[in-house]
Amino acid sequence: MAQSLSQESGAAAESLSSAEVPTTRRQHRWTYFLWRDKKALAGLLMLSLMVFGAIFAPWITPYDPNAQDYEFLEAPSIAHPLGTDDLGRDLFTRIIYGARISLFVGVVTVVLSLIAGVIMGLLAGFYGGWIDNVIMRYIDLQWAFPNFIIAVYLVAVFGTGLSNVIVAVTLAFLDDFARVTRGMVLTIREQEFVLAARSIGVSNNRILLRHILPSSAAPIIVLATISVSYAILAEAGLSFLGLGVKPSTPTWGLILSDARSFFSRAWWLAVFPGLAIMLTVLSINFLGDALRDILDVREYQGGEGF
Amino acid sequence: MTRYIIQRTIYALIVIWAVGTLVFFMLRAVPGDPIGAMLADVDPAAADALRARLGLDQPLYVQYFYWLGNTLRGDLGNSIYGSNVPVNQIIVEAIPRTLSLSLLALVISFTLALVAGITSAVKKYSALDHSLTFAAFIGISMPDFWLGILLIIIFAVNLNWLPAIGYKPLSEGFWPWLSHLILPAMAAGLPFSAVITRITRSSMLEVLQSDYIKVARAKGLNERIVVARHAFRNALIPVVTVMGIALALLISGTVVVENVFAIKGLGRVLIQGILNRDYPVVQGSILVVSVILVFTNLAVDILYTIIDPRIRY
Repeated sequence: MAQSLSQESGAAAESLSSAEVPTTRRQHRWTYFLWRDKKALAGLLMLSLMVFGAIFAPWITPYDPNAQDYEFLEAPSIAHPLGTDDLGRDLFTRIIYGARISLFVGVVTVVLSLIAGVIMGLLAGFYGGWIDNVIMRYIDLQWAFPNFIIAVYLVAVFGTGLSNVIVAVTLAFLDDFARVTRGMVLTIREQEFVLAARSIGVSNNRILLRHILPSSAAPIIVLATISVSYAILAEAGLSFLGLGVKPSTPTWGLILSDARSFFSRAWWLAVFPGLAIMLTVLSINFLGDALRDILDVREYQGGEGF
Repeated sequence: MTRYIIQRTIYALIVIWAVGTLVFFMLRAVPGDPIGAMLADVDPAAADALRARLGLDQPLYVQYFYWLGNTLRGDLGNSIYGSNVPVNQIIVEAIPRTLSLSLLALVISFTLALVAGITSAVKKYSALDHSLTFAAFIGISMPDFWLGILLIIIFAVNLNWLPAIGYKPLSEGFWPWLSHLILPAMAAGLPFSAVITRITRSSMLEVLQSDYIKVARAKGLNERIVVARHAFRNALIPVVTVMGIALALLISGTVVVENVFAIKGLGRVLIQGILNRDYPVVQGSILVVSVILVFTNLAVDILYTIIDPRIRY
C-alpha cells in the first residue's frame, strides 16, 4: 500500500558507510546521540523499567495477579497503588504481569517476521526470476491491507488464543520486512563490491549473507524497532476485542476490555492499563526515532508499519 | 489513463478474489467446524442434517464453486448464529455506519493535521512547534480504543455532553447522527492525524525553503498569502500521496473503535462473527471490508493524477 512512501528504499544505501566507521568512533557516536537526544534517553529508561518489571514481576508486585479479594473496585490507595478490579485483584500487579505478555508478543512476533521477511526479501531481490515473482505477488497482496486488518483476518481463520495471535501478527508484519529488504538488495546488488566479491569466486550464499545482508541492516533495524511498537498495539487491540489470549490472563488489552463495564465507577481500570500501553509504545517510538537518526535512515522508508 | 484504470480495476478484482478464496479454504482447513461446535455434542443427527442442508457435507471444491457462484450473484449466505438473518442484510445495515464514521474521522483528522502541521512549520522550533511535535508523538503511541474509552469517560460519563455508545441513522436527524459519531470519529482519527501532522510539517518546511517562495517574499507578498496560496498547494502533494494509506488506516481504526462504541458497523459485525464462529458472516464481512479497502486505494490513486497533473501512468 505504501509503495509511494517507501520507494526510496535504495536512497539509504549510500549512507551505509557507517559500516566502515572504526569501533571507537562508533561507540562515541552512540553515546553522543543518547546524550544529545533526551527523547531517546527517556525512551531507553522507560523501556528498561518496563522490561525490568516484566522479568522480575513476581518479586516486585505485592500480590498474586489472580488473587481475588473482597476489596472490589477499590480506588488507588497505599495498599493498592493503582486500585483493584471488579474481582478485587490488584491492578498494579496485573499491569506489571501484563507487560510480560505485551513485550513478549511484541518482540517475538517482530523477530519471527524479521527472519522470515528478510529471507524472502533476500531471495526475491538476489535471485529475481520466478522466485521474485512468486514472493512479490504475495507481498503485493498483503500490501493492499493494513497490518492490523491482516492480523484480524488471520485470527478469524486460525481462531483466538496466544499462539494464534503470535502467528497472525508475525504474518501480518512479514511483508514490510520482505519489501524493504528486497529494495535494499536490488540497489546493493549492482554495487562494485558485490561484483568484486563475485569475480574472486565467492559463492552466492556467501555474498548474500556476508556482503549484502550487513549492508542492508540499517533500515531493517529501524523498521524492526518501530514494528515492535505496532505489534504491541496490535496485540493489545486483539486482546481488547476478545480475539487474543484467554480471558483470565492479565494483559493490558483485556483489562481495558473489562474496564468497559465500570466506566462510571472505576476510572483507574480504564486509565492505567492504557497508560502502560502508551508509555511502552512511546518509548519504543522515541528509540526508533533516535535509531533512525543514528543510522541515518530516511523517514518513512521503513514501510507502513501500522 | 483509461487503460491504466482498467488494468488497476482488474488487478483490484484479482486481489479481492484471492483474499476471498484464501479465507474460504483456510477457514475450512482449520480443524473443527461451526456446526460441530454448536450441535455435535448435543445432537449428532441434527448436526448432520444441518450440514447437509448447508451443503457442508459436499466435497470442498463443490462447496467452493457454490460459494463463488453465490458471491458473484451477490448472495453472501445466511448467518448461522442465532436467527439465520441473510448476511447481505447485516452488511447493508452496517455499511452506512462504517462509512459515516470513517468519513467523519477523515475530515477531523485532516483538518486538525493540516492546521497543526502548517503552524508547526511556520513557527519552526518555537515552543508551539515543540509541543505539537510532542503531541504528535503521544498521538502515534496511543491505542485508538483507549482514546475512545477516555473520550467516553470524559465527554459522556462525566460531562454528559455526548452520547457514550450507539448509532442513529441520518434519517433521524442530523444532530442525533453527528452527536453519536463525534467521539468515535475522534478516537479513530486523532492517532492518525498525528502521522499526517508530521508529514505536513516536513513537506511544508521543504517547500518554504524553495526558490519560488523566496521570490514571492522578495516581491513583497504578504506572508499569509505566501504560506496559504504558494507554499500550501505544493506542500499538499506528499500529504495527498498518503491519502490512500490514510483511508485504509482509518477503516482499520474504525474496526476497533466501532467495538468500543457499540456501533454495529462492518468492524463490529466482523468481530462478532469471529467470536460467534459465524463463518458466513466472517467471510462476507471480510470480503466487503476488502472491497472497500482495495477500491478506496484505487480511487485515491486516480484522484492523485487529477490533483497533480505531472503524474502520468
